[in-house]
Amino acid sequence: MRSKGVAVVGAAETTKLGLIPELSAIGLHADAALNALADAGLRPSDIDGLATAGEYPPALAAYLGLAPKWIDGTTVGGCSFMLHVHHAAAAIEAGYCSTVLITHGESGRSGIGRASHAASTSSLAAEFEYPYGVAGATSNLTIPALRYMKSRGATEEDLARVVVVQREWAAMNPRASLKTPITVDEVLNAEIIAWPFRKPMCCLRTDGGGALILTAATRAKDFPRKPVHILGSGEAVESPMVSMMRDFTTFRGFRTAAADAFAQARIGHAEVDHLMIYDAFAHLPLYGLEDAGFCKPGEAKDFIRERNTAPGGKLPMNTNGGGLCYMHSGMYGMYALQESVRQMRGIAPAQVPDARISVCIGVGGMFAAAGVVIFTNEARQ
Amino acid sequence: MPRTLPKPTPETRHFWEGCKLGELRLQRCRSCGEAYFPPRPFCPECAGRDVEVFTASGKATLYSYVINHRPRADIGTEPHSIAVVTLAEGPRMMTNIINCPQTPQALQLDMPLQVVFGNESAEISLPYFEPTVQP
Repeated sequence: MRSKGVAVVGAAETTKLGLIPELSAIGLHADAALNALADAGLRPSDIDGLATAGEYPPALAAYLGLAPKWIDGTTVGGCSFMLHVHHAAAAIEAGYCSTVLITHGESGRSGIGRASHAASTSSLAAEFEYPYGVAGATSNLTIPALRYMKSRGATEEDLARVVVVQREWAAMNPRASLKTPITVDEVLNAEIIAWPFRKPMCCLRTDGGGALILTAATRAKDFPRKPVHILGSGEAVESPMVSMMRDFTTFRGFRTAAADAFAQARIGHAEVDHLMIYDAFAHLPLYGLEDAGFCKPGEAKDFIRERNTAPGGKLPMNTNGGGLCYMHSGMYGMYALQESVRQMRGIAPAQVPDARISVCIGVGGMFAAAGVVIFTNEARQ
Repeated sequence: MPRTLPKPTPETRHFWEGCKLGELRLQRCRSCGEAYFPPRPFCPECAGRDVEVFTASGKATLYSYVINHRPRADIGTEPHSIAVVTLAEGPRMMTNIINCPQTPQALQLDMPLQVVFGNESAEISLPYFEPTVQP
């Protein structure tokens, strides 16, 4: 547990989600930032720390009229924002700054002013992976799945069930992109994108953004919203090349980041009321459940089949519908964090009754990076 | 549209020169014995700089893969495998499994494979893998 503590006092997504052709990527950052400032009752001059991914921090600071004395431009893919929370909490506790704004904005569908994610032509991945036809995450981040499935006895039906359950959650979220119920058979008869992955098992491509504001827990009671405390956090990296992932059945990044976050939070898994696991593709929640210690190896598929993560289950997971059904701009981690904060504030559309502790797990790149944040709505000493 | 090809660097040139000659070249640490890939002038296991290049057997097994149904324009129009294989010497590498149907039935995990080089340009031959022909 942190000695003094840091809390989220502002949180918001962009005004619209999904298709936003009227805003460029930096405009989505700004829309989310302005909404988070309003949520926290703050002005730009109150912000003295800025963290962002995808945009150059000085460019965003200038655009928003901020003068930060602490910045973090860590950009390691979709979990970058979990790492920003991890870093910002440490910076606030160290006294480097008092109030940190973390922003995300991505024109993932419209492609307006989109930052380039093109790999360097001289990287090892460009030299030893790209020539074989990897075409974005759909045919790259998915490669370990068959080995996981063989090792764990998991089937295509198990992948499909991840989609089915998350669609149930999405149906309760007015802002979710895909709310229509779907069956296992319908998933398994959908178009193949990169076998064994079918279209519903792959994330959406949408426009959107989100922002968080963090400050010391001792100040948090002065803000309009119920503070959401950061109980623990962790981060880790493995390799930017999926072919160099040491073991395709388990992600070291998830294991390391989750172990550190749980140790810092001093909680057990049974105390967790709500869980977010970044689901760019349907296999990732299976890895996350096992690697973060919620299930033993091989049991995640059964845990989901037995509806533990579904509405009414004992560990509601991806309650916004996830990257598969809610939205996915490219770096989805910010939306997982937003849903954890909503659940801790008690204002989520699919609210988990009496939820006190939420764990938010993110992956970045092709199993390259991981970040975990554990939130609570209860003040800690 | 020709396939996008690798651009060798000083640290990787020996690998691509080997492929041109029909050799799959790996590196091994003389201190700890670790065989490793991709190329670099030191051992990723023990950081030793005393490393050697050797020619691998070209034998491998299929570790994992996808069949990409949305091929890149420079690759072609038909669904194709993108695989990671485990070389007999230990390291893994990404490749395509060729000379067999691109179907789940034909591509079984752990099946034995052997390297086959595809002549892509004057400088580059890419190492692919094909099912080992059973005697």
